[in-house]
Amino acid sequence: MEPISIAGTPKTPNVNFEPSGKVEIKGRSIPENSIEFYKPLVDWLESYMQNPAGKTDVNIQLEYFNTSSSKCILDVFKKLEAIYKSGNEVAINWYYEEDDEDMLEAGEDYQSIIKIPFKMIELEE
Amino acid sequence: MAFNVRQWLTNNTTSNEIFFLFQGEVSSSLIADSLEEVEAKVIDTTPKIRKKIYNVLVECLQNLYHHSHSIDAIDTEIKGPYAACILRYNSDHFQIVAGNFINNKQKGFLEKHLTHINSLNDEELKGLYKEILNNQEFSEKGGGGLGMVDMCRKSGSKLEFKFTPHTEEIYFFELVINIIG
Repeated sequence: MEPISIAGTPKTPNVNFEPSGKVEIKGRSIPENSIEFYKPLVDWLESYMQNPAGKTDVNIQLEYFNTSSSKCILDVFKKLEAIYKSGNEVAINWYYEEDDEDMLEAGEDYQSIIKIPFKMIELEE
Repeated sequence: MAFNVRQWLTNNTTSNEIFFLFQGEVSSSLIADSLEEVEAKVIDTTPKIRKKIYNVLVECLQNLYHHSHSIDAIDTEIKGPYAACILRYNSDHFQIVAGNFINNKQKGFLEKHLTHINSLNDEELKGLYKEILNNQEFSEKGGGGLGMVDMCRKSGSKLEFKFTPHTEEIYFFELVINIIG
């Protein structure tokens, strides 16, 4: 399957999804229509889960995200959870900037819904 | 009976330091430009408060973009899906003020939703956020129903709101968010 590589814009994040097991979303996610942006990503994971890599490394490093993105990000996590539940290794790294308690809390909210181990990583400024 | 937008705007922009003011129809490019402008203007505040301002402003502007009701011309300048948004500094904290026209049905929903949000403590608010986040529903406009809950959580304050009749069917909805942190 083909990788996904999308360059970031002021409203949408950098995305790198690779069949070798790298899943990365970085930057700002504040589009007015989040479903339009995230649907191809969720579809890609749907295909990827048929034949996932032995280990999927997930890096989520968001500076800002709006509430409509938050639902779509949960859809991404739910696909990853399905991969994890079918016996594959999935590691989620949730990055947040130093003192950004809101972003840490957002990661913890996801962690309490999704049954995959999350690692919270503070980025020093 | 018609709501006097001009007077409302004057009342809301005097005696405070104004960092940002917009009135008119909200477009996608206006949102991007406004956020860039505001980010530059609040650069001297702490990163924590700056991020809270940005987050709340995104939700406010996108609510105005998705949900502003069109009105007939009040005068020669104001018509269409009018909305206004103000970022001001009020004695010791930032305030975001949003105003737009809504219909009866929207008023009914907002009144119930906002009253419920304001009745909750931090833990209950977090619970409501997670419940809505996980319920899989999107509104017809793509909004997730989370915006107001998120603004209340991020601002660290209760949401102040007011509905003023404009016509029998249309109200002016005013929302004030105090960024406390």
